Amino acid sequence: MTVTETPTSAPPRLTPMEWIGRYGTFIAFLALLLFNVVVTPNFLSWQTLNVNLTQVATIVIVATGMTLVIATGGIDLSVGSLMAISGAIAPMIFMGKLFPIDNMALAVALSFIVPIIIVMGFGWFNGFLVTHFSIQPIVATLVLFIAGRGIAQVATNGNLQVFKNDAFQFIGMGRILGIPAQVIIMIVVALAAYCLIRYSVVGRQIIAVGGNEKAARLTGIPVKRVKTFVYVISGALAALAGLIVVARNSSSDANLVGLGMELDAIAAVAVGGTLLTGGRANILGTLLGAFVIQLVRYTLLANGVPDAAALLVKAGLIVVAVFIQQRADKV
Amino acid sequence: MLLSMQGISKAFSGVSALRSASLEIDGGEVMALVGQNGAGKSTLIKILTGAYQRDEGTIIFEGREISFASPAESQASGIATIYQEINLAPQRSVAENIYLSREPRIFGFLDRRAMREGAAAVLKTFNLDIDVDMPVAHFSAATRQMIAIARAVTQKARLVIMDEPTSSLDEKEVGILFETIRTFQKNGVAVLFIGHRLDELYAICDRVTIMRDGQTVAKSPMRDMPKIELVRNMLGKELAAFEGMAREAGSDNTRPVRLSVENAGSGVRVRDVSLTVREGEISGLAGLLGSGRTETARIIFGVDRLEHGLIKVDGKKRTYSEPADAIADGIGLVSEDRKIDGIVPEMSIRENMTLALLPKLKKAGIVDRARQQQIVDRYIKALGVKCASPDQPIKELSGGNQQKVLLARWLCTDPRILIIDEPTRGIDIGAKAEILKLLRRLADDGLSVLMISSELEELLAAADTVTVLSDGRSVATLPKSELSETALMTAMAHQVN
Repeated sequence: MTVTETPTSAPPRLTPMEWIGRYGTFIAFLALLLFNVVVTPNFLSWQTLNVNLTQVATIVIVATGMTLVIATGGIDLSVGSLMAISGAIAPMIFMGKLFPIDNMALAVALSFIVPIIIVMGFGWFNGFLVTHFSIQPIVATLVLFIAGRGIAQVATNGNLQVFKNDAFQFIGMGRILGIPAQVIIMIVVALAAYCLIRYSVVGRQIIAVGGNEKAARLTGIPVKRVKTFVYVISGALAALAGLIVVARNSSSDANLVGLGMELDAIAAVAVGGTLLTGGRANILGTLLGAFVIQLVRYTLLANGVPDAAALLVKAGLIVVAVFIQQRADKV
Repeated sequence: MLLSMQGISKAFSGVSALRSASLEIDGGEVMALVGQNGAGKSTLIKILTGAYQRDEGTIIFEGREISFASPAESQASGIATIYQEINLAPQRSVAENIYLSREPRIFGFLDRRAMREGAAAVLKTFNLDIDVDMPVAHFSAATRQMIAIARAVTQKARLVIMDEPTSSLDEKEVGILFETIRTFQKNGVAVLFIGHRLDELYAICDRVTIMRDGQTVAKSPMRDMPKIELVRNMLGKELAAFEGMAREAGSDNTRPVRLSVENAGSGVRVRDVSLTVREGEISGLAGLLGSGRTETARIIFGVDRLEHGLIKVDGKKRTYSEPADAIADGIGLVSEDRKIDGIVPEMSIRENMTLALLPKLKKAGIVDRARQQQIVDRYIKALGVKCASPDQPIKELSGGNQQKVLLARWLCTDPRILIIDEPTRGIDIGAKAEILKLLRRLADDGLSVLMISSELEELLAAADTVTVLSDGRSVATLPKSELSETALMTAMAHQVN
């Protein structure tokens, strides 16, 4: 065995590929901004910023949970369906369809709390399948991906729920100091996840489980509990995003709430530079990844390209991101 | 001569794995290939089958010089390999597996009838009467192995390589396997038998080739090679680079017993193991490859389940269902394979070192950074870890420095019992002595160490007492006064008859 001593001088220089791998998403983001400033009319306006931020908020919230799941080496396909469940339950509560509540404030409070707790239960179920039956995460969460939307439809009898409730809809329409409430929620969620990963014991354990599960178990990390935890969090955040969506739309359609969200979230994580094989969690990257995806869609729409074509561009973006990551890792 | 490999050398990114190794096999001969982990056996086999390309040397097979570009090529030329992890498609039928990738066809369609009949016929030659339409997963490990062998036969193999074929078989199944090997012998098919259980080697093999450190160190007819001689050749006799570090007094029987294992067993690898580790003592655990050393450690640490027997810590009976429970009791385990179950490669030195300590490092769920830094700095200094900074990813360190970080991972939890599996594997000689001295110092401070090692000089230099395992059983416990190379080797060569 040869012993390679690592130099104690400056950190090793990055190869071009590593450099792109590390800063690529940020550069893409800046490039998109610049492109829009030049090309898209009225891009630099309060209005545009608001539209983009409100649209990206739910993606970021769900993708944050997804980042944690992916960091353990898993994946959560059920998030879109879980959004539909929480979106279906909440209006039923404040409209008194489940049980009569006289106090409106209490009803609104419950319509936030109850759906989130129920969906966390579903997240726990995902984790249970993954940890206790060793089912691959992609299959385990496929169960609720399929069944979840069915549950939401059954709960509402397949009816569209239309409502107007200012207190509840505050999270989708309200503003604090002129900033949309959902944007503030997005910031709080991303910040909390960032701190969780960086400063908490659980955060370190999540990374360790994804980085080397065997070693993690041998150091006494409760691998099963850590994995279950990330699915529960992912469920909670999906539920929150579901509430925001129905609040914004003033209606809840179990067929449509969160449709395709799992793919947007995974795309944001991938573009953001978190390894899909686990062992890393780049919350800031996910945030940027979601921004890039949103901005691509906006750019194309604002310049008259149909939504369908935007999907193609999104797919291309993911391919490029994953390719760069793999290359950067091989060097 | 059927096969002659001469002067084979191979290096992986500058580290040489084989240095002018050789191997010769006659037709119809059963050749044993033995050596420790890292001796170069599997590299040699992979070069033969074309999985790796050699740097130097010649291979002559059936009189022609050959150089296979891929395992498929060597298979087509009559070399069949039966791996430890049997490479069959578990959900496909027996017949389909036997003819996998060489299916008989009629007009471009599968000839299922020919497949079924051919498969049944060939299995019959091994006295195996099974339904060839059943999926392979349905059968026992031994039968699956037979099916893999039957596949080799239909390939008209001239040489069958068996990599630890008996590791998952019970005694009766081993008997069936040996029958098959004898059938091969009769038909002039040569067998290269890689194994570690000496009794089996002596029962079935004609000759033996011994490898050590990438070289072929001995070739001999089996009957001219006494067991002890074989063990000596395998382990070698490197000049001890370490002075005797064990206390002269040796183990002190008055010290309290901290860990005792009594008649422990689990699966086929650990059958009946008893050992004790006293306070402030380095207790060695020796044995040949596959004797159940690592598995014993895994049972103590709660990674694998204890099926029978008992484990006592400080005189109290303990069964850990998870490593976390063992850790809570003050036990640490530095595992054998750093890459597979030691380091978390992407994480920094700091994070890797404090992984086991995390639960004690938290204040309301948050990692206490200041204390973490303090502990990491202390151990980097105390163990002399050479690194650019604690934030460097651990994968960038050399083997010896990684090992020090993993050692520190446990030392910082302030354990009372430390199990350390091959403490100096893959580490250069200087770092070896350093790590052994460190273990000695820790033991003098009261730590109980269970040191698993396949290096005799390491055991002789550092251990106060050594328990020797053979085939999953503890066959001897040698106190310091009786420790010698010969005593150890005699015990290791011992096989339960």
